[in-house]
Amino acid sequence: MGKTLFDKVWDAHVVDVIENGPQVLYIDKHLIHEVTSPQAFNELRERHIPLFRPDKVVATADHNTPTINQHLPIKDALSRNQLQQLTENCKENNITLYGLGHKYNGIVHVMAPELGITQPGMTIVCGDSHTSTHGAFGSIAFGIGTSQVAQVFASQCLLLKKPKSLRVTVNGTLKNGVLSKDVILYIISKIGTNAGTGYFCEYAGDVFENMSMEGRMTVCNMSIEMGARGGMIAPDQMTIDYVSGREFAPKGKDLENKIAYWKTLPTDDDAVFDKEYHFDAADIAPMVTYGTNPGMGIKISGHIPNDDSDSFKKSLKYMGFSQGESLINKPINYVFIGSCTNSRIEDFRVVAEYIKGKQKAINVNALIVPGSQQVAQQIQEEGLSTIFENSGFELRQPGCSACLAMNDDKIPQGEYCVSTSNRNFEGRQGQGARTILASPLVAAATAIEGKIIDITKQLN
Amino acid sequence: MNPFKTLISRAIPLPVENIDTDQIIPARFLKATDKKGFGENLFRDWRYEKNGSPNDTFILNNSKYRGDILVAGDNFGCGSSREHAAWALVDYGFKVIISSFFADIFKGNALNNGLLPIQVSEGFLKSLLNHVENNPMSELTINLEEQTLKTAIGTIDFEIDPYKKLCMINGHDDIDFLISKKDKIEAFEANL
Repeated sequence: MGKTLFDKVWDAHVVDVIENGPQVLYIDKHLIHEVTSPQAFNELRERHIPLFRPDKVVATADHNTPTINQHLPIKDALSRNQLQQLTENCKENNITLYGLGHKYNGIVHVMAPELGITQPGMTIVCGDSHTSTHGAFGSIAFGIGTSQVAQVFASQCLLLKKPKSLRVTVNGTLKNGVLSKDVILYIISKIGTNAGTGYFCEYAGDVFENMSMEGRMTVCNMSIEMGARGGMIAPDQMTIDYVSGREFAPKGKDLENKIAYWKTLPTDDDAVFDKEYHFDAADIAPMVTYGTNPGMGIKISGHIPNDDSDSFKKSLKYMGFSQGESLINKPINYVFIGSCTNSRIEDFRVVAEYIKGKQKAINVNALIVPGSQQVAQQIQEEGLSTIFENSGFELRQPGCSACLAMNDDKIPQGEYCVSTSNRNFEGRQGQGARTILASPLVAAATAIEGKIIDITKQLN
Repeated sequence: MNPFKTLISRAIPLPVENIDTDQIIPARFLKATDKKGFGENLFRDWRYEKNGSPNDTFILNNSKYRGDILVAGDNFGCGSSREHAAWALVDYGFKVIISSFFADIFKGNALNNGLLPIQVSEGFLKSLLNHVENNPMSELTINLEEQTLKTAIGTIDFEIDPYKKLCMINGHDDIDFLISKKDKIEAFEANL
């Protein structure tokens, strides 16, 4: 029987197998940030355990960082302390840190791929569930808890049970105005938020083959929202072209050897998956969520379904919506375009192209937060910043920002926010805030109109 | 990590599905750099009103219900990988969570902190939630070695990874085990 992409990468990293137990898996890259690492460093310190492979760890500051005045000392004492601890811990353990203000700083899942740190065939972990993003390159990448951060610090390995395999195939041609975000929101709305629990997911079919690397990252990023620890897309010429030439990518002969290996990674024709789903690209439309988990999504022109369960009713009550209702024409005062899901240059090009020559609605606060310093730089160089400014959008400095509202970028109580981020949980964007997940295009259109519109009517 | 063998305790019912880690501990409380004190903000936005006063309708504020066991709806712990969620539950005093489904990362985090996730069938969960809600004094007995959960409505067996079971019973974690594999890890690296 043939092997899956996942099998090939996993099997190449097994150090040891414990009888009737987990496997010892070697980790190629360990990404860390300020929020989920301090307790792991403390653990090592208390137990007098040295950090095993500091050259395989890369650190960035992203979760609690402010998105304005990054050159000034951070006002919030707790945030400041957390960043200071990260700096000290990295220094003490010889870890490379791209801290606030560094030209390579950014959201961990944006900066690592753009620097070529993320490569096909790797195992990559980070104390953040959206580490699944890096699977877009054909790597096994997944989020871990802080105890596991300490384990990787101590041994460069993790004890894991091999997950089951799941494949989601989408074939056909996407309709005009349907972006990668819509594809993944559609998939989650169809299979639910726990369909992937216990599985690693591979995305296959021509929709993903024809998708840009940015688009693939958006899809893999949200794998965790259907419960899957990670999502993967087979490396192809697009992947190779993206990685080649980046700062930390292999060079010369080394690159040639790697490329030859990467080309062996795609799933064999006769490989068998534990679970498979198939969807038709023609059925996918621009999506919006109406509830408090990412599976509660509908086509933008659709209606909220009827469901009498208590959890469903609780969710709609929080959102202030009713069963059977359409979201078209709902007034919206907040739009957030950013997060590790949608803060890459391609996302901002989509937004700029749509809003060019238009003005945001007077009621809307439209926040644009690039994923990294490099993306911020590119926004300037391509003149997108002028478009944002002319249209009344507020361009901030890089970071996780209003996706999880750890810093000051919060959505007020009771307000709706059309957001390109990944989670619409209660209070995710601020206490009492109501999140509607959507693509950058739908977010841009909402900001211009001041309400949700049927973007498909405008495009066709 | 404290060893876990048996537990006899009352239980607190929380019949909400898809309880995500943002509800267990909101992101604004993740700025601490140690593991202690998160219990104070466990289920913060359900437990307290915006002005900081307790929300009387939330189960943890109802003095009728006490115990070291939380019985919660399907898909408990979905969302973010923050181990702070497990720390908050442990810090508050919970030792066991019973649900019909646990999210992957949360389950691992719980086990790494001596918090036992017990998965039961949807039907049993429904009956148990109902029973505990109506009989707040009723005690549940958990025997990890035998992998049994004994309740007034019946006794069931539960599954746990044999390696993790041993860790829980002995109060060991994975770090010592992994360090003991150092020779094998270095040999693996030599072939990279």
